[in-house]
Formats: sequence, structure tokens, C-alpha cells
Amino acid sequence: MDLTGRKVTLHDMCLRDGMHPKQHQITVEEMVDIAGALDDAGVPLIEVTHGDGLGGASVNYGFPAASDETYLRAVVERVSQAGISALLLPGIGTVDHLRMAADCGVKTIRVATHCTEANVSRQHINLSRDLGLDTVGFLMMAHMISPEELLEQALLMESYGANCIYCTDSAGYMLPQDVTDRITLLRKSLKPQTEIGFHGHHNLAMGVANSLAAIDAGADRIDGSAAGLGAGAGNTPLEAMAAVLERMGADTGIDIFKLADAAEDHVLPIMDEPVRLSRDALVLGYAGAYSSFLLFAKRAQAKYGVPSHEILLEMARRRTVGGQEDLIEEIAIEMAAKRG
Amino acid sequence: MTRKAKAAIIGPGNIGTDLLMKCQRSEFIEATWMVGIEESAGIKRAREFGLRTSTEGVDGLVAGFDESPVDFVFDATSAYVHAENSRKVTALGATMIDLTPAAIGPFCIPPVNLDTLLDTGPAQNVNMVTCGGQATIPMVYAVSRVQAVKYAEIVATVASKSVGMGTRDNIDEFTRTTSSAIAKVGGADEGKAIIIINPAEPPLVMRDTIHCLTSDEPNEADIRSSIDSMVAEVQRYVPGYKLNNAPIIDGNRVTISVEVEGLGDFLPKYAGNLDIMTAAGLRTAEMITQRRQV
Repeated sequence: MDLTGRKVTLHDMCLRDGMHPKQHQITVEEMVDIAGALDDAGVPLIEVTHGDGLGGASVNYGFPAASDETYLRAVVERVSQAGISALLLPGIGTVDHLRMAADCGVKTIRVATHCTEANVSRQHINLSRDLGLDTVGFLMMAHMISPEELLEQALLMESYGANCIYCTDSAGYMLPQDVTDRITLLRKSLKPQTEIGFHGHHNLAMGVANSLAAIDAGADRIDGSAAGLGAGAGNTPLEAMAAVLERMGADTGIDIFKLADAAEDHVLPIMDEPVRLSRDALVLGYAGAYSSFLLFAKRAQAKYGVPSHEILLEMARRRTVGGQEDLIEEIAIEMAAKRG
Repeated sequence: MTRKAKAAIIGPGNIGTDLLMKCQRSEFIEATWMVGIEESAGIKRAREFGLRTSTEGVDGLVAGFDESPVDFVFDATSAYVHAENSRKVTALGATMIDLTPAAIGPFCIPPVNLDTLLDTGPAQNVNMVTCGGQATIPMVYAVSRVQAVKYAEIVATVASKSVGMGTRDNIDEFTRTTSSAIAKVGGADEGKAIIIINPAEPPLVMRDTIHCLTSDEPNEADIRSSIDSMVAEVQRYVPGYKLNNAPIIDGNRVTISVEVEGLGDFLPKYAGNLDIMTAAGLRTAEMITQRRQV
């Protein structure tokens, strides 16, 4: 693999995907501190939102320590070179949230749908493009469909006005060949000026390997997270990704040691427990379940005495998609009743 | 047996045809018109059922109205054309039952507020909110009539195949309209709605979670009996409406989970989200008719 001279945009997730393991309780001060450290390290894009995107504050997913607007205004104020992005899941957030985020000074909007449901994103992608924002279509759980089916959905998002399309491995299920097949087809068939991105989870410890496969197949943007802070076993560890890319001669514009400091001295101290490849995370990646189900399954285990990894296996078996956290408690009740 | 009220259905698609099938069984409502904008399978089917048809939209109905008048018009088209349909139909004295998200008229969730709506005067146009609203607001109300609910949130999970392009093009409308009706009709101080679309095969039956945060400690016994009687009310027009488990009570959170299986008249059974709209629309017309006949 020769990545010499390749320009790669690394996008940090710890203040959005990292909200999942933190139960959305990262404080505004912690956000500002971490975003500042990432900005100083030269990370070009930082995502800041409730874990489930704009408007995610809910009983179902958890109420955050502060509102999206408070987080976004504080972080935008702090950073100098980095752009701030916000995630939006149609069905949870609306164009009203999008307008608010734009007003806060967000540079990038990522509109996320389940990989087969891109046509719910038209109004949001249209608006983001009309507002002149960097507009990303984010196709989640992309392991569940073939590369050809993924392309169809990517073309829809591109036609609505997205200038970048993501293949999102929300379950951390993909292996490098899965990534290569999908990114290769997207690169071949989308407009040359449309960027392509890959978002990984480290549930099978494939974050860096999968991201390299994506870059090799033509991806321009890679998501990762400082200290890996993200749902499941976390996202691709950003400092490792940056170091590997530097060794391979690619250009990320990031200062590796400063990024390692940000991870070690700013992100690690806020973790409630180490983000690691636990048995539950392994099951997510092995069976293909949405990474943010993990903590919900653990809570259901504590309440109903059913092993969390068995709940997660059942969630995968039922072919659940992102956002179906509400089914977890019900499954736990059913499993507990069967056990008597 | 008194005379059945006559009804026109605008929109000969899946929803309109399912509604037609339901009308065939109704003791109170007889569908006599099917209105489309062109020849179609739905128009042909309605003709075979002996209905008058228009392929020139609502203007065809207006032109033939003197010859074949109706008491009710169901609009199963889209929010974009509803306002014009409603204006033309209500000018003729028919009551408009709006199955689109246009929401010109007051929200109507039959077992919750139809009686109140009728008491406050003859509404010319009533709006059936959204599928998620019909499935969940009876449960929000079942809690709020027992004790104050400061916040209610619903999560509707529906099969991808049951979500049409109208909803997909403007999914925010679902979120906004449902949230607003959770508060206005459901009786919560604040409402929030979330919709999840799942493409699994075979398609999953509509499933809804209703979270209510009560102001004071939940009165479990009263809430449970209120929920049970409301489920029975909804089952009168949607027999496949059922509670998945006993309500979960955790601190001041009351969580209710329901499954909505349709009758499978014309729409597939998993599409309980669509069935509950047509059933609620028909139920509204039936209840208005019963009132008028007293």
C-alpha cells in the first residue's frame, strides 16, 4: 500500500460519538478543554453534538449535561483552525436544529440515515447545501447491504447536494475487504469532486486497518476519536491513525505528539471507565449490532439479570438499526421471563 | 337501522383503497365516491365496487355532488393539495376528514378528544395527526388523565416498506405534528416524537414506545387500569393494537410499549401505522354519524 503524499482529512468524534460512553454527560468545560487541545494539535474537523445527533436529548437516548446549542457556541468560540461539525439524524433532529447549528458557526453538517433509507435526508441535505455548509451524507450500518445497494443510496444523497458521502461501520463489523469493496465502488461511481469518508468502530480492533483500506480505495476523510472515546469499543483511535499515516508518508496536517497529549491528558481523564474491547463490544462487532446499544444492554443486565452480551446478540438477530434503543429493555424483560 | 352516511375518498392509492375496504364493513358509513386525478388500478377497483369515480380530482366530485352528495370526504392525498380540497368540499357542506399532515382543522384522536371536539361545535375539517400520533397519544392521555405529565416522548418504529414518499420527503412534518399533538391532545406539558425506519425482511410490525415523565410519583394501579381501558377503546377500531408488556415504572418515568398490527384489508398486516390512520379516520366519521342520528 503506497499512501505517500496522500492528503487525508481526519475528523475527531470524541465529543459526539464519545458522548455515548459518557451517557451524554460531558460538561461544557470539558468539551471546550478537549476541543482546544485537538485544535492545537491541528485536527482539522471536530464533531460536537449529542451522541444521537442534534435534538437527541430524550428519555430514549439520554438527556445531555448541556444543550447542543450551548456546546456548539462554546466550542466554536474556542477553536482557531479547526472546523466544527454537527450530526443530524432525520427522524430525531429537524431542519430547525440544523438552522440553529449553522447559526452557532458550525462548518460541517453530517446527515445520517440507516444505509437503506437515504431518501429521508433530502430536505436536510438540501438546506445544509443551501446554507453553504460542507454537507456530508452519512450512511450508517453499511455492513448490512451490498456495495451496489450502498452506491444507490449514496447517489441519492449526492443528488440532494451532499459533497461528501460516508460509508459508516456503526457496528464495527466490517473487515478490510468489506471496506475496500464499498469504497472502491463509491469512488468509481460518484462524481470525482464528491469526497468519500469512512467511519469505523473498534469492536473487532479493525479501526486502523479498515481506515487504511478505505484510504487505499480512495477515501478522503477518516473518522477517529482521541483516546478512542466512542460507542462500543470506541472509534478508530485517532492518535494511532495519525501516527500510522505519518509513517506511511500521508499528509494529515496533525502534530502527532500534541494529539497524543490531547488523548492522554485531556480525554482519558474524563472517561467513566476505560473504553476497551470488552465482551459486549466484541459481540457488537462479531454479530453486527449498533455500537451505542452497549450501555443500554448493560443497564438492562443490571435491572433484569440477563447477560448484556446475550441481549446484544438478540438485537443483532432481529436486524435492528440505529436508534432502536427502546427495544433493549423489552428484550431483557422477555428474556428474563423465559428464564423464569 | 338508520340510513348510512355517504362518503367520498380522495386518493385511490393504498390508503384510500384500504379505507374503502373498511367502509364496506361499516354499519354507519357507505363509500360512494372515489376521487383520483387519472385512471388507475385504485379507480378501476372502486368502480368494480360500484362507486362513482372522478379522474379529474376534487372538481369531478364537485361537479357531480348535486346528483350524488356525500356527508363526509376523506382526504388521503398529500398536505400540498389538501387545503384546496378542503375548501371546495366544505363549501358544499361535507365534513372533511384529513388523513394528510396538513392539519388545517383540529387534531383528532378518536378515543381521546373526538367527543370534546363534537361538544365544542361541528368541525368542518378534522385532522388525523400522524400514524405515530394515532398509535401513541391514547397512551399519553391514559397517563395524563390520571396525573400530570410534564413531558411525554414517543418512539415509533415502522417497516421501511410502510413509509411512503410523502412522509420521506418531509419527515420533519411527522416529528413536528406528532410532538405538537402529544401536548395538545395527549395532555403532556411538552411532547417529543422520534421515528425510526427499519428495512428488515420480513417487515416488522409497527412498534411504539411511549415515555411519560410524571410530575409526582406515578400512581401505578390507577395508571395501569387507565391504560388497560384505553387499549380496549383503541381495539374497538384497531383489533391488532396491543400492549407488549406491563408498563415499566422507574422513578417518575412511565414507559409503555405497544404493537400495532393492521387488519390486512388492503395494506399488509405489518403496516399497522397505515391501518391505524384509515381505521381512526373511519371511526371519526362513524362517531360523528352516531351523534348526528341521536
